[in-house]
Amino acid sequence: MKDVTFGQYYPVDSFVHKCDPRMKILFLVGYLVAVFLSADFYGLGACAVVLVLCVAFSRVPVRSVLRSIKGVLFLIVFTAILNLFFYQGETTVVIAGVSLQWGIINITVEGIRFMIFVMCRIFMLVMASAILTLTTTPVSLTDGLESLLTPLKWIRVPVHALALIMSIALRMIPALMDEIDRIMNAQRARGADFSHGGPVKRVKAIIPVLIPLLLSALRRAEELGDAMEARCYTGSQTRTRYKKLTFTWRDPVIGLLCAALIAGVVLMNIYLPPIL
Amino acid sequence: MRAVSFENVCFSYGNEEGAFSLNNINLSVEEGEFVAVLGQNGSGKSTLARLCNGLLTPRSGKITVLGMDACDAANTFEIRKNVGVVFQNPDNQTVASIVEDDVAFGPENIGLPREEIGRRIDFALSAVGMEAYRNATPARLSGGQKQRIAIAGVLAVMPKVLILDESTAMLDPRGRKEVMDVVLRLNKEKKMTVLFITHFMEEALLADRAFVMHRGEIVMRGAPREIFSRADELETYSLSLPAVGQICRKLRQKGFPVAECLQPEELAKEIERCAFRQNI
Ligand SMILES: Nc1ncnc2c1ncn2[C@@H]1O[C@H](COP(=O)(O)OP(=O)(O)OP(=O)(O)O)[C@@H](O)[C@H]1O
Ligand SMILES: [Mg+2]
Repeated sequence: MKDVTFGQYYPVDSFVHKCDPRMKILFLVGYLVAVFLSADFYGLGACAVVLVLCVAFSRVPVRSVLRSIKGVLFLIVFTAILNLFFYQGETTVVIAGVSLQWGIINITVEGIRFMIFVMCRIFMLVMASAILTLTTTPVSLTDGLESLLTPLKWIRVPVHALALIMSIALRMIPALMDEIDRIMNAQRARGADFSHGGPVKRVKAIIPVLIPLLLSALRRAEELGDAMEARCYTGSQTRTRYKKLTFTWRDPVIGLLCAALIAGVVLMNIYLPPIL
Repeated sequence: MRAVSFENVCFSYGNEEGAFSLNNINLSVEEGEFVAVLGQNGSGKSTLARLCNGLLTPRSGKITVLGMDACDAANTFEIRKNVGVVFQNPDNQTVASIVEDDVAFGPENIGLPREEIGRRIDFALSAVGMEAYRNATPARLSGGQKQRIAIAGVLAVMPKVLILDESTAMLDPRGRKEVMDVVLRLNKEKKMTVLFITHFMEEALLADRAFVMHRGEIVMRGAPREIFSRADELETYSLSLPAVGQICRKLRQKGFPVAECLQPEELAKEIERCAFRQNI
């Protein structure tokens, strides 16, 4: 269980890995905007091209990128079915003389097109986010977020403290995983059964694990707080940073790519004949 | 200069006046000394350590650390820069998920420039012999390695006084020896003052001086050998001699004429000497 880390960083050396995390986060935001701006398949096509480029330059195996779809498969199927059944289209599909319309359910040609459109959209959103987490360590993600959120310091948001909390939480995950293992084994030794019975019974069996876990997490937090204070942590603004994020030539490149994508999508929306 | 001095220090965790966790403690540790602190569970060793760097403040009495008054909150930051404390469980001391970043935490807190932080990391990691693990993940290191990283994290602040609160308790004999070697070397080479809290008598034997604590008081103090020569008194405080010392005592009780010794080599020599004499 030790190897479970948040996110799913895939450690290889690539163009995308070397980009600055701040730029990657901005790129992702820009990409999401482009996907949502796309009013038709043209725009999505352009987004898909950029996505393929990203995967190619990240040197992450396509299979690993695709795997992240699993988590949202249900969401995709659900939205697809909703759209398929309830889209307000005009031409009802007729198969072998049977018109596919029962009550409020009405499967139309437009509905099917729109369903495919929505599925592509969600698919691309998930893929793009997956590439970010696959190519960026959690630590540089938090660093990047902290740096991007720096302006919030002006309205007194404790950005640095929040980033520190996040990175400590990330670093505590393996320790807590171990702890869960340990507690579950201790409970098993006392006759607890986690793998049989219905869902209610299983959830009930988990409760005696959660309480010691919570207590031990609190105890840890207290010790960690002491250790941090002993190492001169005061939460003051005079704190310096060892790792500094630096932009390289790669970052303007992907920045321009992102801007071009959004501009392209807008132009396509205006000038190309709609399919949907 | 005195590294640490306590004058009539009393401390209690609760608000009631009755039960003191530390009761009228007087001690002084000179700069460059290596002092071991012994005592059974709950005798107040950790409390003592926490008082030294301002994590706790005493009820009454005076604590002076490197000439600074530890009870004055204005000195706390300066004191923490100079007094590093390594705790027992390395898992609860690391803040980052990469060794380098974790070691950098202390220097970052005292606001050092980047280049200097880099040098401090080099220094601290080489002091504990972990240069090769600069980019490793602490969660995947062994206990001894983790503890050495925790020590490096404290060393990177370059404290003048290093306090280790049972920092070897979770380690196997080899890990304990590794940590002990690092600490001894820092003491000898860098003249670092060391306060070494431990339950292992063998480790205490290597110190210049030792304190024995019992129910919040310092009940014995002196050179470790001198303290271990008072085995019966130690026993009343629920402590025992190092294993070799116990064997020696048993042998002497059986009438075997070995001299009192505390280290394996000494005992081996003694037994050899006695056996040799009996053969003649
Ligand atoms: N956070 C706390 N709150 C209340 N009482 C405490 C707290 N920590 C310790 N004590 C009490 O203070 C006394 C001294 O505790 P301390 O932790 O200093 O002992 P110790 O010598 O370090 O023991 P050990 O060998 O188990 O680490 C004990 O009687 C303990 O019950
Ligand atoms: Mg203790």
